Amino acid sequence: MTYTAELLEQIKIVEATRPQRLTQTFPAMPLEERQELLKKFHPDYIESGMREVRIGSYKGKRMPNELADVIEGRPHVDPHFDLSNPDFETDVLIVGGGGAGASAALLAQENGAKVTLVTKLRFGDANTMMAQGGIQAADRAEDSPATHYLDVIGGGHFTNFPDLVEALVKDAPIVIAWLESLGVMFDKTPDGAMMEEHGGGTSIKRMHSARDYTGAEIMRVLRDEVRNRPNIEVIEFCPAVELVLDDGGAVCGAILMNFETERYFYARAKVVVLATGGSGRLHYQGFPTTNHYGATGDGLVLAYRAGAELAFLDTMQYHPTGAAFPEQILGQLVTEKVRGLGAQPVNVKGEQFVYPLEPRDVEAAAFIRECKERKLGVITPSGQPAVWLDTPMIDLIHGQGTIEKALPAMVRQFKRFHIDMVHQPILVYPTLHYQNGGVKIDADCHTSVPGLLVAGETSGGVHGRNRLMGNSLLDVCVFGRRAGLTAAQLAKERQPGKPTLAHLESWNRALDEIGVNGTVRSPILIPNYTRRQ
Amino acid sequence: MAERNDLIPIYIMGKRYDVPSSLTIMKAMEYAGYTLIRGVGCRGGFCGACSTVYRIKDDPKLYFGLACQTVVKPEMYLGQIPFFPAKRATYDIAQLQAQASTLFQIYPEILRCLGCGTCTKACPQELNVKGYMAAAMRGDIAAVANLSFDCILCGLCAARCPAEEPQYNIAILARRLYGRYLSPRSEHLHQRVQEIQQGAFDQALAELKSMEINALKERYKARPIEA
Repeated sequence: MTYTAELLEQIKIVEATRPQRLTQTFPAMPLEERQELLKKFHPDYIESGMREVRIGSYKGKRMPNELADVIEGRPHVDPHFDLSNPDFETDVLIVGGGGAGASAALLAQENGAKVTLVTKLRFGDANTMMAQGGIQAADRAEDSPATHYLDVIGGGHFTNFPDLVEALVKDAPIVIAWLESLGVMFDKTPDGAMMEEHGGGTSIKRMHSARDYTGAEIMRVLRDEVRNRPNIEVIEFCPAVELVLDDGGAVCGAILMNFETERYFYARAKVVVLATGGSGRLHYQGFPTTNHYGATGDGLVLAYRAGAELAFLDTMQYHPTGAAFPEQILGQLVTEKVRGLGAQPVNVKGEQFVYPLEPRDVEAAAFIRECKERKLGVITPSGQPAVWLDTPMIDLIHGQGTIEKALPAMVRQFKRFHIDMVHQPILVYPTLHYQNGGVKIDADCHTSVPGLLVAGETSGGVHGRNRLMGNSLLDVCVFGRRAGLTAAQLAKERQPGKPTLAHLESWNRALDEIGVNGTVRSPILIPNYTRRQ
Repeated sequence: MAERNDLIPIYIMGKRYDVPSSLTIMKAMEYAGYTLIRGVGCRGGFCGACSTVYRIKDDPKLYFGLACQTVVKPEMYLGQIPFFPAKRATYDIAQLQAQASTLFQIYPEILRCLGCGTCTKACPQELNVKGYMAAAMRGDIAAVANLSFDCILCGLCAARCPAEEPQYNIAILARRLYGRYLSPRSEHLHQRVQEIQQGAFDQALAELKSMEINALKERYKARPIEA
């Protein structure tokens, strides 16, 4: 699992060009060239990987084949499921135990609601836990939320919903202060100044971090705080498999499943917040993923069947630097912070070929071009194309010991497989990372369905067609909090009517009409990794 | 399925399966036919869901690892600990004081630690758990916070502890006390929060939001980049 003799030889080429590269960085790409590169090499533009969805409000629009199959799936439960006796009742039902769900639970509770948070796996099993690099917030005197706004909207190719971007950048410093008041340990200088770095697509250093456990630190603190609060009940291993509507067309609860006993039950609620995260475990176009095990797009399926509108689901984010070697960690995240600290991507000849901190889609497309078109990638022993990421540069730039201090998770990850990233470059290739789009929301997390709120990766609009690093941890906190507040307010006003699953009957009829034969039951809840005998 | 020549025997909860030698424990279980619900989470070494205890045939020593980060070995006997019922205290962080007595009041068992180091041996993150427990006994909150920072709360320390300490829960209390009360105050952050609440950026944001797209693109291109 350590580098083969052949790869060790190739590392010498990278070492040979390093002194010269330390003094010179490849220039950034002009906007016009970005579009051309994306069209030719980004997976979103591979026609055969996409198809039009055939029913519902998104009908006729493209999304990845694997997602369309799940979206057009059959419900788990019969439309005549008995709803006459709810198994429990709550004000606010939050589906999902990641950063958005936890933030929503806290704000809903603070604003007077009785909260139930259900989660498919363990509380905290979420992409939030895995986010390493950081969280953006314009809190330095020389920065401003307006500059943050420009970076976000340019990174999203000017497609983002402006109201959502405004909410994101304006709430950002407030969120950092809130997290710190809950006990999150951000990296700081001894005088208290936040240590801030660049991320891809930032014009000024505003990436806050907690070593390279930023998401884990935020998630474990939020989880601990949720568990400390009265009036929040957490139920683990309990996915939602369907939303329940009332006779006025508003959401009034959900059908839940005990994941271990497979018993279904009905939870009645005045408001439902979907915060189920993304869908990387659908492995679009066969890509490996950085996502946690439960990222199967459940929230999209539930919301869509209940009539919610979607946005930007034809664009997924491929993180430029997934681990390409050793095979045991193929596709796992190598945080962008590695490039933020100065490590350059380098081809088989030891040459730079792209600015290290382009927006993620551009950077990923450049890696694919280097390997596929220019044939200047490295081929790993398992045949996986890759480029070098020259990690030893970090200590040369910032001083010995920086890597181990700033990137302990990364160092540990590679050391487990006998690779020393402090002294040896590592091999990387794009990996499926993030669902840019999702359920369309407004700045208070309303969807087009009354009583249904959405926050975090399940939502769409804030990042437009491409998210920048450090805006996802921010997104889950900003919109999780907003969803919690909105939910508590709505719960005071709403009195749900008679519950029904009639929408499933019409859904099934629509599937019959287009000839879907009903082999896929969705949400799929977990990917199928069991070897077929 | 074609015969493969890279299979090795492993024992999952006592039962033998032949699996490819290059797989992690988690992927080997799936190869063996398990559909995992417990004992699986992020699959990237961050969440602590897949704590695993194992022994190798004829070797009396117990080994510890994360199933998603550990490659199988021949004759490995595997047991998973997906959940451990360690004590977790409930508290209101806003009402606490960052001092030694807080730790001892909330977790009086801290003072029962034997200093045996079994926790350190069990830690899949290779943290100095014994060291941070010693710091906890001294009431040194900052040291506990820093030494325990890379903890993934997998619970193996608590599962092995002869003194029945919930080390990882003690550690998160210390980190939260440090983050809220002891870490140096960030003046620029609080200044900015105040400016936002006073509406200092509302006009600039409104202007950007209403801008025609080509003008916005020009503004984006012209923005200075900090070195």
